[in-house]
Amino acid sequence: MTEAAKTVTPEQQLDLYRYMLLDRIVEETMTKLFRQNKIVGGLYSSLGQEAISVGTTYALEQRDWIAPMIRNIGGLLVKGVRPRDIFTQHMARYTSPTLGKDGTSHFGDLKNLHIVSPISMLGDLIPVMTGVAMAGRYLGQNIVTLTWIGDGGTSTGAFHEGLNLAAQQRASLVLVIENNQWAYSTPVSRQVPIEHLADRAKAYGCRAFIVDGNDVEAVFTTAREAVRLCRAGQGPVVIEAKTMRMRGHAQHDPAEYVPKEMFDYWKQRDPIESYERKLVAAGVLTGKIKKEILDAINAVIEEDRAFAENSPFPPPELAETPVYHEGPLPIEPQWKRPVAEVTPPRSSVKSEWNVSGDGDFQADAIEPATSKSPGDAAASVGARHGVPHKSAADPLKNATPKRNGAGRASAKRASKPAVRSRGRK
Amino acid sequence: MAQTTLLEAIRQALFEEMERDPAVVCIGEDIGVYGGAFKVTAGLLERFGWERVIDTPISETAIIGAACGMSYLGLRPVCELQFVDFIACCFNQLTNFVAKSFYLWGAPVPMVVRAPSGGGVHGGPFHSQNPEMYFAHTPGLKVVYPSTPYDAKGLMKSAIRDNNPVLFFEHKALYRRIKDEIPESEYTVPLGKAAMRREGRDLTIATYAAMTHTSLEAAAELAKEGIEVEVLDLRTIQPLDTDAILDSVKKTNRLLIVHEDTRFGGVAGEIAAVVFENAFDDLDAPVRRVTSLDTPVPYSPPLEERFLPQVYDIVAAARELARY
Repeated sequence: MTEAAKTVTPEQQLDLYRYMLLDRIVEETMTKLFRQNKIVGGLYSSLGQEAISVGTTYALEQRDWIAPMIRNIGGLLVKGVRPRDIFTQHMARYTSPTLGKDGTSHFGDLKNLHIVSPISMLGDLIPVMTGVAMAGRYLGQNIVTLTWIGDGGTSTGAFHEGLNLAAQQRASLVLVIENNQWAYSTPVSRQVPIEHLADRAKAYGCRAFIVDGNDVEAVFTTAREAVRLCRAGQGPVVIEAKTMRMRGHAQHDPAEYVPKEMFDYWKQRDPIESYERKLVAAGVLTGKIKKEILDAINAVIEEDRAFAENSPFPPPELAETPVYHEGPLPIEPQWKRPVAEVTPPRSSVKSEWNVSGDGDFQADAIEPATSKSPGDAAASVGARHGVPHKSAADPLKNATPKRNGAGRASAKRASKPAVRSRGRK
Repeated sequence: MAQTTLLEAIRQALFEEMERDPAVVCIGEDIGVYGGAFKVTAGLLERFGWERVIDTPISETAIIGAACGMSYLGLRPVCELQFVDFIACCFNQLTNFVAKSFYLWGAPVPMVVRAPSGGGVHGGPFHSQNPEMYFAHTPGLKVVYPSTPYDAKGLMKSAIRDNNPVLFFEHKALYRRIKDEIPESEYTVPLGKAAMRREGRDLTIATYAAMTHTSLEAAAELAKEGIEVEVLDLRTIQPLDTDAILDSVKKTNRLLIVHEDTRFGGVAGEIAAVVFENAFDDLDAPVRRVTSLDTPVPYSPPLEERFLPQVYDIVAAARELARY
């Protein structure tokens, strides 16, 4: 990235600080509510990871879409969700966005904030947000979609299917791998035999960045670059943000399996405290400004906590509301390009594949696969702070749909229908 | 009016819906240049282009997930699974993501998942299954399983226009075997409405898909013995037209349920329960089932024949019921 691309204005700095602080106070408030037995289900903390949710979402525009996971409350707040929605969700109240039908960060907003609700199964959001990006491109909206996955979630099938489709489609998806080093109780080294999860991106032919997930400005500027690339049609982009989960998997889990020294080390790297020191040293943050920020946050928190606590539980009969939607869709397609481009006859193409070089390859030109030496790994760590980790190869290069039928056809359409097509691939 | 196969009827529905509505896009494996494993999507790419006829990698989870995401922006994706057997690969996306989306957070998912299904073509255990009940059991999904070209076209149009996820089963043994005269003019067939294929006074057979034709053959046999069978084609499994089933049972007082799905947990059990709960006093005989065996679909022709319900199985069961 250029120096200009790393620039963060004082206004942006205070915003980043404010949102991280808001995130932390919202979650601290919920921890208190949990201890008072007012949270119905589990409570998952993003303590120590606030810079990732906040920094990445802050790089988006209003028209862009996110899909949060359980540790992305900060992303929801940056997108414009009020703390009351997060409180009422966790407290299963009738006033929550899902009216009490689901909890935690499992809610969305199609119309205004452009948030897709997650489910508990990891990785599923990646193909879904790929689809949102594909639809956005089709409609000419030039939107970017962003979702997160933990280090643990990178081992799911949906992660790999989703990232591959996103790469094949050149989807404008920013996929943030939040490497907090623990999948519940399992350390990364026991999940995967690689050091950097960003290396996964290479196999799919998409760009990746590795960033210090506790440095909110590095996260933000990297995400901003990723968003820029996606908006320019060069997606998807993977960002691996290295961080540390400072609590157990959820409130019930004391995380005794984490070495104490590891917590101690990362406590010194707290993203909010370190950023506060930086902003104070830079003269951007003063005691007066900090007090104003805290007062404003605490006022909202107090109001929203009271609202949530005074909210009723849903009436039992709400459980019987329909599972099918009757009536018009909440969103009709918002076309930002001429519909004629996708309707016949302008949409018509000659359907044939163009396979370059007859699919031949030069055996001597292929580098032998060698295992990475520790030196190589160190080199890619050097790619932190927003330096492109891998450059993109064009996955479509060897088989490109030919739009106007120029050139030769290597694979004509099969003329005989396969009446009993049986064998699959 | 021209004689049209079930396969061609579905193709026509896709073609006409894509002409009518630019929000309709197709996504699946080998559906573009190749036109789909069974050629249902043949010609769509030439007409509608790469953006609307999307060939994907072999990634059923990604296909369903991406289609779900597209639907959130108001598109109406129609997914093709190459064989419905592979729906197991995207079970999670369908049952946990797609099916629950509207109920939980109010986001409808207007998408169709169409797939060749069913046995009788010696496709073996992984190209012959009828997994409709996994999905009929999942609140939030609709399940359509037509038996005629006319219905297939009309139901496909309704499925695409429906604002909910619809699984559309296309029985591959019927693709080219069954022909209908299809009107040239626009029509739809509503989801959730059964069709009476044959009227009779002695016995009701409730069935769907390929077994509709097997049941009609059985009914013709039984008529020679003086047993007049009513054949009710359910057409959609979810929602189920319980009114039509109950009306027929109240008329004939005997019910035989025939399906190609395996027995345990098949829709026959659900239908029997509905009839017991609502029309017990109208029954003159126990409800009977003719279904496939509770085994995988075996490959070799004599084994598959034994596995699938045959005309003589239906005739024997109906005869016994009629004489009860």
